[in-house]
Amino acid sequence: MPGKLKVKIVAGRHLPVMDRASDLTDAFVEVKFGNTTFKTDVYLKSLNPQWNSEWFKFEVDDEDLQDEPLQITVLDHDTYSANDAIGKVYIDIDPLLYSEAATVISGWFPIYDTIHGIRGEINVVVKVDLFNDLNRFRQSSCGVKFFCTTSIPKCYRAVIIHGFVEELVVNEDPEYQWIDRIRTPRASNEARQRLISLMSGELQRKIGLKVLEMRGNAVVGYLQCFDLEGESGLVVRAIGTACTLDKLSSPAAFLPACNSPSKDMKESPLVHPPSHGCRSTHNSPIHTATGSRLTQNFSVSVPTLIYTGMGSGSAGKEGGPFKALLRQQTQSALEQREFPFFTLTAFPPGFLVHVGGVVSARSVKLLDRIHNPAFVGIMGNTRSYKLLDWNSFNSDEPETRDAWWAEIRQEIKSHAKALGCHAVVGYSESTSICEEVCILSACGTAAVLNPRFLQDGTMEGCLEQRLEENLPTGCGFCHIPYDELNMPFPAHLTYCYSCRKQKVPDVLFTTIDLPTDATVIGKGCLIQARLCRLKKKAQAEANATAISNLLPFMEYEMHTQLMNKLKLKGMNALFGLRIQITVGENMLMGLASATGVYLAALPTPGGIQIAGKTPNDGSYEQHISHMQKKINDTIAKNKELYEINPPEISEEIIGSPIPEPRQRSRLLRSQSESSDEVTELDLSHGKKDAFVLEIDDTDAMEDVHSLLTDVPPPSGFYSCNTEIMPGINNWTSEIQMFTSVRVIRLSSLNLTNQALNKNFNDLCENLLKSLYFKLRSMIPCCLCHVNFTVSLPEDELIQVTVTAVAITFDKNQALQTTKTHAEKSLQRASTDNEELLQFPLELCSDSLPSHPFPPAKEHLESASSNSGIPAAQRDRCSSWIELIKLKAQTIRRGSIKTTVTVEKASPMGEGNFRNRSAPPCANSTVGVVKMTPLSFIPGAKITKYLGIINMFFIRETTSLREEGGVSGFLHAFIAEVFAMVRAHVAALGGNAVVSYIMKQCVFMENPNKNQAQCLINVSGDAVVFVRESDLEVVPTQQPSANCQPSCTEGEVTT
Amino acid sequence: MTSELDIFVGNTTLIDEDVYRLWLDGYSVSDAVALRVRSGILEQTGATAAVLQSDTMDHYRTFHMLERLLHAPPKLLHQLIFQIPPSRQALLIERYYAFDEAFVREVLGKKLSKGTKKDLDDISTKTGITLKSCRRQFDNFKRVFKVVEEMRGSLVDNIQQHFLLSDRLARDYAAIVFFANNRFETGKKKLQYLSFGDFAFCAELMIQNWTLGAVGEAPTDPDSQVDDMDMDLDKEFLQDLKELKVLVADKDLLDLHKSLVCTALRGKLGVFSEMEANFKNLSRGLVNVAAKLTHNKDVRDLFVDLVEKFVEPCRSDHWPLNDVRLFLNQYSASVHSLDGFRHQGLWDRYMGTLRGCLLRLYHD
Repeated sequence: MPGKLKVKIVAGRHLPVMDRASDLTDAFVEVKFGNTTFKTDVYLKSLNPQWNSEWFKFEVDDEDLQDEPLQITVLDHDTYSANDAIGKVYIDIDPLLYSEAATVISGWFPIYDTIHGIRGEINVVVKVDLFNDLNRFRQSSCGVKFFCTTSIPKCYRAVIIHGFVEELVVNEDPEYQWIDRIRTPRASNEARQRLISLMSGELQRKIGLKVLEMRGNAVVGYLQCFDLEGESGLVVRAIGTACTLDKLSSPAAFLPACNSPSKDMKESPLVHPPSHGCRSTHNSPIHTATGSRLTQNFSVSVPTLIYTGMGSGSAGKEGGPFKALLRQQTQSALEQREFPFFTLTAFPPGFLVHVGGVVSARSVKLLDRIHNPAFVGIMGNTRSYKLLDWNSFNSDEPETRDAWWAEIRQEIKSHAKALGCHAVVGYSESTSICEEVCILSACGTAAVLNPRFLQDGTMEGCLEQRLEENLPTGCGFCHIPYDELNMPFPAHLTYCYSCRKQKVPDVLFTTIDLPTDATVIGKGCLIQARLCRLKKKAQAEANATAISNLLPFMEYEMHTQLMNKLKLKGMNALFGLRIQITVGENMLMGLASATGVYLAALPTPGGIQIAGKTPNDGSYEQHISHMQKKINDTIAKNKELYEINPPEISEEIIGSPIPEPRQRSRLLRSQSESSDEVTELDLSHGKKDAFVLEIDDTDAMEDVHSLLTDVPPPSGFYSCNTEIMPGINNWTSEIQMFTSVRVIRLSSLNLTNQALNKNFNDLCENLLKSLYFKLRSMIPCCLCHVNFTVSLPEDELIQVTVTAVAITFDKNQALQTTKTHAEKSLQRASTDNEELLQFPLELCSDSLPSHPFPPAKEHLESASSNSGIPAAQRDRCSSWIELIKLKAQTIRRGSIKTTVTVEKASPMGEGNFRNRSAPPCANSTVGVVKMTPLSFIPGAKITKYLGIINMFFIRETTSLREEGGVSGFLHAFIAEVFAMVRAHVAALGGNAVVSYIMKQCVFMENPNKNQAQCLINVSGDAVVFVRESDLEVVPTQQPSANCQPSCTEGEVTT
Repeated sequence: MTSELDIFVGNTTLIDEDVYRLWLDGYSVSDAVALRVRSGILEQTGATAAVLQSDTMDHYRTFHMLERLLHAPPKLLHQLIFQIPPSRQALLIERYYAFDEAFVREVLGKKLSKGTKKDLDDISTKTGITLKSCRRQFDNFKRVFKVVEEMRGSLVDNIQQHFLLSDRLARDYAAIVFFANNRFETGKKKLQYLSFGDFAFCAELMIQNWTLGAVGEAPTDPDSQVDDMDMDLDKEFLQDLKELKVLVADKDLLDLHKSLVCTALRGKLGVFSEMEANFKNLSRGLVNVAAKLTHNKDVRDLFVDLVEKFVEPCRSDHWPLNDVRLFLNQYSASVHSLDGFRHQGLWDRYMGTLRGCLLRLYHD
């Protein structure tokens, strides 16, 4: 019985009128956790009741603490009839279970009803007293920290990155139970919300257990998804990267991704710029393995693509002795893992040695009803949703969801091997479901990693060796990890344009963020490939077969589009590539988004050449040359727009056997696209059951046109789908996160692939144009982390959901700010001297033995010390005086911490962050909570992670017209979801959500019945941030107050 | 390809001031789009009409959702659904409660009832303000009226506290509420030359001096005191005003008053002879207005009477404003020298306010 949960219901406000006669409400509250329920008194006749209840205490074991949400129901008391529910609040108490996160949840929560939306607010205080658990066989994993952020969180240091963790749980979907026929929509929605909340709690706990087994203490890049499989059930699955994290206590930390490439790398003990013997190859074609096999339960495993690069799998054969050594060691480190996958997209410096290319695998499955006879009977009970782990329940059945994923992961692993890589980074999984067909997809970037991070102390000798070969240019990750001599397709390799020693491919595709140390020329831009393919309506296996037959073509065409668009932009690498294939009743949609950049290490991309099939026709020739000219003009214009002007390098300097500078891509005009492609496929099929798609051609004028119709963003706008835009680093603090949803109805007449493509293309382009227009007041501005999601809710409907953040940057002040930073830092250095006395104190506390787990409470929480230093300043850390200053700063923070803590430790302290510019007219009590899909907040330092936010909401209406139609309904719902996320973050004492993601937005309407329903699932990390400007101002005036920001961590007890 | 659904939701609610104005002005989405196109925004931004349409729809939807909160501005501040920076919140409220001069002149002093609401059609046609906008403005007046009607304390403070308006706007609303409560006639043809500002000025003076709140004495028995401090005129005061009648009824007093004024102003007034000739008429007019204020009907006609009895006669004789000022100052001051007159305090309370009002009302 290791935990006591305490809940206090303080007050309510803005309650709806429940009694028409009096225009008032007699409200009371039910507080439920597990099977225990408490009630407050009825507060008569008020819309702003003050319950001020006693502390309700629940004595529960920590397993339940992790699984169960706290459920608060506000009701209207009715003497004569049943009490009416006003709404509910679900509070995930998980953040209270880590020692470093929040200590109390306290604040105003919107009261939410699935039919009416938000109906007033309730003020709740929640605390947990955890007792030490000595049971070794425990089922809970309290204390394992979860982060959605796909990089090492800012105020932590990665001691070890253990690797991939995954888990899934399955249940029946309450919406499809027999009981749903007799219960109200509200009851059904609430059952679903509660079930998913339970399932995700359980999932998280199980993942936590796995992490503990691996001796880790945290999960980074935690991604949890729901598959609403309809009749066949509800799957909640999650993947993540297990790590051992240390709170940072030294300034030599990983830089926030927002900052310019670090130059203080030498200070970091972890930095070993990668290098190895000269070996290199080229690449960029696609490697697609088709392993179509039909089992009796029908499963088609389809095209697996390896974008970029292709190795024989005979890694280590070639290359210098060092490379072999490195490979061996990495291999040994990784071989112990079933899947050497990492969900991270940004890495500690030195972690990523080489990048091979994108690997992806898809598989088409037919959904079966999940056999779970045990469930059906007990659904009605209070303890109804007894969750079953699919693994254990059906462990003897091979065709489980788990097995499906295992299969796909295996495939990914082998593709990575084929590229000479041992690991897959930037790994993600997704599904698309339509009726009983399900496409499972997995995607990642094959890479060679530095084993230093994967296991403790295995690489000491090797390290030194490597350090001697130190390459400062940061081009190492571009160097090919596979063998030059063993490539099954015409490859195009050159010597690296940065170091001139090793081979690089001419184009590089990856799913990760741009490494901070990569040298990029000019700016980047969002590149999208969009594609629709009609498909006949079919049932079951025929349908699945049809889909799996279409998939390779779609992958191929999307790749071609990406490649052509990349060249059109004059760029040579794609980062953050995300390929989404969505299945509908009568069509398949493909959307690939990535951020194109020009990597200095890679060769200048060739242009695009159009070749006609009938070269003798004069007018035709003219047309072709006209098109050619247009394309060349566009390339030139783009180069100017994105400021791509690489230094000219004469061929002699490179002095390598560079193949003739032929144009890499040609758009071949051909009328019979399919037959053409089939030839291509056959051609390559002979080799290793893989086919290679030559990218040097594509079909039809349509494609050329679509290339040219992509309008660049208006001036002052940039966009990318990675964390940050290369080439821009003077971000201001003005950010605007948004979600935009569009649904279009296709006219069902004469739908052709071409018309469909055009519609889809227009939809995406118009959406982007609308965004640019709406955000025009933020110019100059960059849309970052632009995330498109496509779904096909019905036959003729296409839904596109975009979430992104617009960040304003300062065009002119880049130079100025660095200057002032430098000045300030000098100033600070002098004021800091007086603090030097505190050195010894700090050093003692710092050298306390730290165990990887449990996270030592005594760890000094001076994590922000690194973050306290502005980026520009950090660049200059080379001078000794700054080093001293940095140290002094750290120490000061650590040592004075206790004196100031309490001020901000409680959520009441939130006020400090808020309302800096209070309105003249009013005393607003609502604090600002920022939301961003990025892992950082520009111009600010994250000082504390408060826990993961993972929320699932259902909203339904039976009065669609009255609520403003579908747009009004969804607009209100999304606004409500934002509000609830903000309220939860504020209650945890935070002022921002980072790595925010809307994982699902399932919208269904039935206008004839005046009904609509929507499901939204969002997640992110609740954090506390402090403005850099605040950090800077304080020390100059009053040095000791400087520690305040870092003391936000709630160590009230110290 | 038709757009079924098209929304944009920002973590910080986007407010476009121009679109907000169009929405407040009651334009439909299509009219608003047309107006925006005309403003040249497409050329400036390179956007298409479709983009503009979608943007306008979005903003309209947002405003529609915000409207419920704007009805009780403190709610806007405390709500959690829309994250809006405080300065923007203030702007939203201020603009929402702003009103058109032309409109307010039409309804000023009218009962804020359903009957008046029905007339909004005509007002809309007459003023060229859209019916939607008229309704919003009317409902705003009514809402403010309802909320502060039963409240004690300063009218302006109450309005400011419950509607978070700027000082300026709160004062205007106080005037509107005051006029509506006392039902002053402002629509007569004679009064058409007066602006809302003129009336608001008078309202403020009257609230400051002629209401219960103005006396500054807290009601001795709070339960018996049903009148609102600032909204209703001080009944006792109005009753007392009858006493002033002696100033014109008593022939000697009137003559003495006249001679005092004439002596003081001789040579100082450009229109001295006209003043001398008209003194008795003017004085009778002003005093009779005071004496009649016991009747509600006459209270309502206060401004009509003032214009008829004082403004018009002076204007027909082409008195310059400065002469009017000199005259009124002297006229009120001289009463202090009338030994037989015992109601000096009452006179000052009446004339002090009236003088201010008359000076404001005296223009073309």
